[in-house]
Amino acid sequence: MNNESQDFKFTAKNVDVYYGDNHAIKDVSVNIRDRMVTAFIGPSGCGKSTFLRCLNRMNDTIPVCRVTGDLRLDGEDIYDPRVDPVELRARVGMVFQKPNPFPKSIYENVAYGPRIHGLAKRGDEMDEIVEKSLRRAALWDEVKDRLHAAGTGLSGGQQQRLCIARAVATGPEVLLMDEPASALDPIATAQIEELIDELGQSIAVVIVTHSMQQAARVSQRTAFFHLGNLVEYGETEQIFTNPRDPRTESYITGRIG
Amino acid sequence: MSRKSLFQPGPRTRARNRAEARFRAYGLVATSVAVLFLALLLVIIARNGAPAFTQTYITLEVALPADRLDKSGTRDPAELAKVSTFKYAPLLDGALVAALERAGADNPFAKPKKLRALLSKGAAAQLRQQVLDNPDLIGQTITIRLLAASRVDGYLKGRVTRESVARDRKFTPAHLDVADALIAAGLVERRFNPAFITGTDASESRPEAAGIGTAAIGSLAMMLVVLAASLPIGVAASIYLEEFAPQNRITDLIEVNISNLAAVPSIIFGILGLALFIQMGGLPQSAPLVGGLVLTLMTLPTIIISTRAALKAVPPSIREAALGVGASKMQMIFHHVLPLAMPGILTGTIIGLAQALGETAPLLLIGMVGFIATNPPDTLGEMFMAPNSAMPAQIYEWAKRADPAWYERAWGGIILLIGFLLAMNLAAILLRRRFERRW
Repeated sequence: MNNESQDFKFTAKNVDVYYGDNHAIKDVSVNIRDRMVTAFIGPSGCGKSTFLRCLNRMNDTIPVCRVTGDLRLDGEDIYDPRVDPVELRARVGMVFQKPNPFPKSIYENVAYGPRIHGLAKRGDEMDEIVEKSLRRAALWDEVKDRLHAAGTGLSGGQQQRLCIARAVATGPEVLLMDEPASALDPIATAQIEELIDELGQSIAVVIVTHSMQQAARVSQRTAFFHLGNLVEYGETEQIFTNPRDPRTESYITGRIG
Repeated sequence: MSRKSLFQPGPRTRARNRAEARFRAYGLVATSVAVLFLALLLVIIARNGAPAFTQTYITLEVALPADRLDKSGTRDPAELAKVSTFKYAPLLDGALVAALERAGADNPFAKPKKLRALLSKGAAAQLRQQVLDNPDLIGQTITIRLLAASRVDGYLKGRVTRESVARDRKFTPAHLDVADALIAAGLVERRFNPAFITGTDASESRPEAAGIGTAAIGSLAMMLVVLAASLPIGVAASIYLEEFAPQNRITDLIEVNISNLAAVPSIIFGILGLALFIQMGGLPQSAPLVGGLVLTLMTLPTIIISTRAALKAVPPSIREAALGVGASKMQMIFHHVLPLAMPGILTGTIIGLAQALGETAPLLLIGMVGFIATNPPDTLGEMFMAPNSAMPAQIYEWAKRADPAWYERAWGGIILLIGFLLAMNLAAILLRRRFERRW
């Protein structure tokens, strides 16, 4: 079981997100704990991916998106003008829904992040980082003989594990995962879930998922979003067996979403 | 509802199938017409232009008496150089007379000077140059292959006949008789003429000596300028517009104007170049540098538009992945987006270059059309700054001249121009294949 830690990695207070005139996230306050897996669940379009992308300021790339409120990593406001999003993203990694390895070799995929952040100086230091990351993603044994083959030549599950290896290569403190297994078959999904479990022992992992069973399997805390509101947040077991809000119960039992 | 058999399509299906078959037939006919015109074009060009690559030569034995060429007897180069082509021309007349005698043919002319019309006007200069290069030849009798006159060349190529010569002033049917005698003696041959491809342009009276080489160097210099200037500017402008420009009215205005510039008639760029580069900038007239700059202005919109399309085609997932790993916007663009957009950018650039290669109108106003390119550039600086012409301009120049021999050369120039264009397009295809990646 994971250690229950009292440190909050991310603290969000009264966060609102607007896409132009559309009020997508309404007054959300939530605390993400360190060394724990937190799941965001909810029906389609409820804003869970939007909120996830606020945590590493990926919403900056969308010109019409506006974020207000207080969002802090280790107590520091990440939307402060002094913060460079590039450095933030080195500390808060992201894995996307559809595997998107760079069209380069497997080695280059993993080495790119550490290289641009100056984490490795000599060739062997980089080799070490690449091997460590690929082992953490449970991909090393399968690709160690073909590190210079194209990353796009792997199967779907392997590609997603490559993306995870790429994300952890920069040594992030938080890993954000946006429906990481939704494009994969059940066996690959099981492998990814194992990884999430392992990673959650050392860093904070936030995973957005459509599957309630997945949320129940991998997470210790769950947040239920509905129409842009954070309806309920608590221990996973409690949410799924004894939800407090009637909307949560409707979603869990399949009446909505 | 009665049950119909699958094997018997109903009336609606049959009508639709007929309409689709008709449409396919239209498409086939249209394609055939286009291919037919293309084939016709290529065949006509090849037939008319191929003769330009061969030229007629007359081989003569010329005596080089020392008393006429080297009076001092010292073989001093300075002294030898003082002997002009006037002195060498009679030697050629004598050689022709001797050749006729040996062949056993009659010489219909009383004055040997009349025979001179059979050789190119530059033949005497050719002989003189050979002697100056090798003074030891003086006193000997040498065998030299001389360029024949344009009329003789035309006679061998079928362009000149006894009927057409009847209207000619300097060339008479008697000349043709002499030519026949020389041909019978085996002294006249038609061979491949590399000077057409590499040589300089010649004056109006000597079509046999003209070549497109100098103009080709002018075109090459212009292409280099266009490549060096338009590629960086075009790609940088596209990257700015695609990745950095804010979505406001000013950006929209810029984009609309760039699209419009692509449709501006090219001669307007010529006027702009005249005012901007020559009058205000003080650059030399007719210089390939100026021509290149004018063509750069013309090609920039094309490159910007095709580069933007290539950048847009890079999937957003790659950009997100790069940003997610902590790349800055510049790193994302230069490490990921640009390499993937390279095939499209290169193709657009080479197509733009190929268009610029064939442009004549903008060069009109800066002085490169109508310039007789008789001196090949000696240095790199001269290649860009000394007045020169361009290939399409040279072809136009030749087509304008009165003598039909020039017309044949214009066709030959067209073949070379098309050859260059094909080579550039082939390069575009190969480069595209080389850089293509799949994502």
